[in-house]
Amino acid sequence: MNDYQVSRTGYYGEFGGAFIPEMLYANIKELQDSYLDMLEDPGFRETYLDLLRDYSGRPTPLFFAKRLSGQYRTNIYLKREDLNHTGAHKINNAIGQALLAKKLGKRRIVAETGAGQHGVATATVCALMDMKCTVYMGAEDIKRQKPNVGRMKMLGAKVIPVYQGNQTLKDAVNEAMRDWISHPAETHYLLGSVVGPHPYPDLVTRLQAIISEELKGQMKEKTGSEDPGTIIACVGGGSNAAGIFYHYLDHPHVRLIGAEAAGKGIHTNKTAATLLTGRPGVLHGSFSSVMQDDDGQITEPYSISAGLDYPGIGPLHAHLHQTGRAEYYAVTDDEALDAALNLSRKEGIIPALESAHALALLDKLDFPPDEHVVINLSGRGDKDLQTLLQHLENEPD
Amino acid sequence: MNRIDKLFITKKTGILSVYFTAGYPAPGSTTKIVTALEENGADMIEIGIPFSDPVADGPVIQKSSHRALQNGMSLEVLLNRLSEIRNNVTIPLILMGYFNPVLQFGMEKLCSRLNRIGIDGLIIPDLPPEEYAKKYRNLFRDHNIHNILLVTPQTPDERIRTLDDLSSGFLYLVSASSTTGGKLSMDTGQKAYFSRVAAMGLSNPLMIGFGISDRESLDAAYQYAAGGIIGSAFIRALENRDCAPEENVKIFMNKLR
Repeated sequence: MNDYQVSRTGYYGEFGGAFIPEMLYANIKELQDSYLDMLEDPGFRETYLDLLRDYSGRPTPLFFAKRLSGQYRTNIYLKREDLNHTGAHKINNAIGQALLAKKLGKRRIVAETGAGQHGVATATVCALMDMKCTVYMGAEDIKRQKPNVGRMKMLGAKVIPVYQGNQTLKDAVNEAMRDWISHPAETHYLLGSVVGPHPYPDLVTRLQAIISEELKGQMKEKTGSEDPGTIIACVGGGSNAAGIFYHYLDHPHVRLIGAEAAGKGIHTNKTAATLLTGRPGVLHGSFSSVMQDDDGQITEPYSISAGLDYPGIGPLHAHLHQTGRAEYYAVTDDEALDAALNLSRKEGIIPALESAHALALLDKLDFPPDEHVVINLSGRGDKDLQTLLQHLENEPD
Repeated sequence: MNRIDKLFITKKTGILSVYFTAGYPAPGSTTKIVTALEENGADMIEIGIPFSDPVADGPVIQKSSHRALQNGMSLEVLLNRLSEIRNNVTIPLILMGYFNPVLQFGMEKLCSRLNRIGIDGLIIPDLPPEEYAKKYRNLFRDHNIHNILLVTPQTPDERIRTLDDLSSGFLYLVSASSTTGGKLSMDTGQKAYFSRVAAMGLSNPLMIGFGISDRESLDAAYQYAAGGIIGSAFIRALENRDCAPEENVKIFMNKLR
């Protein structure tokens, strides 16, 4: 029963832990010691759920995608996380952690962002809760996710471009951690995924678990059973997948599937499929699967999707992969772009490039006609229009 | 006896330790720099194992790590160089680096190689002391390698005592809440922190690092601890391309006198 829950010391099986320099010890310890009590505190829970409902617009609908279902000859449901305020599931975590930071007496928030969705969600809750906000974003990501940079500025956040490495998500996390090391007393690091040192993987998973909590009731209402046959989600760090898997981890007959970003392909050196091409190692404070060379240097990932362009993955997913509880497949840039176009034309929903990786698995896997397949539509595609339109121009009419 | 212990027995104050990244600034410069540091009065040398994602480091050491990797430096290459270096150098040598390269190399293999070469200690900032105690302490002891732990201004007294128990060789007193390459403020808070730790009567000698860059900050470190550690400032000095590395070492060390 407890196989998939984090241990007291922060491990999922052999993966996890808190591999942090001493400079972060006090902050991490404070979080470790207090996060469960705070999350379970009735007052916290009430405020969190009120904000999710009245501010973010939860519960997000579960939409039966009729034309997509016809195309793939099965029953496909979309969990509409894209309809959250700010356009992705990231706000679930941002609201929760900002409340937690307030309780800890922190007045300043730092965050990293890849696609910009977590940055926007963080900037949003900081405006709402009157906190100072600094977001680190790779210079490359700033270029490819321009609309989100504008949104963060509009919301009053300071966006700091990062020029190290490939200038993407990994480098943004490095800089956010350095900021936290330099401002430990007044700052909370609002980490956006289920990665990082314990307790972040569990903290973020629990804050995203609202997705599967809602899904259970919605499935029951629509199909008579709270269990779908299969759940598919994209995985970069893995927070939307962790959220939609969470309440089903101990329902072994529910098939859990993650879509990793293959980039140009997992046999090329332009990929971000961490579980499929990495091996165990330590990155950003946790022991998990890591893309690295023989000397243990982290290799630079590549994906068209900024939110999946990361050489690590949450320790929960490394554990689910190792135990076989969840399956992980790779989806290339082109497959994701095609899937994004297909959903736009079939259902009138433009998905984020990240979520399009989950949709693309419909082409690779076969489902029986009576199966219920839920896809976590983790975000909307407004931010990706520039990239999507380029793809559209290359498409034969 | 471990050379670090010998150093602290023979010299009680004014100990100067210098850090630089292996493989920086040029592929062949590591041996020359270590030799020149000893010749010019360094008491101890910390040699950085470059890592792609050094989160505890400021821009100077980040850049040197990046360059070192481009220069082809790796733990394996470094160990091969160190076997030659050890023949020419008698002062304590410490390796400092992030956990992942060490983990991939294998801790047991590393400790036995270090012992054979004659390396005296390791500093792995992101290896938690608890993890070290559980998995590696005996290994280090068996191979006569010191594991040097870090203390920061945020570390509570009780934990400082735990770290003192687990650390050997010395305790690395991080001067301020910052990454490497900052400036020593010597404000009242910092002085109080140094005095507080100095007065705890710890079993390990103290070395102050982070923000030690010149004669003045070094003197401040000597006031409160057995010595000081210079890193980023020395790496900046190595950037000067008008001179050979050993010449840059000489100029830098002369300025500290």
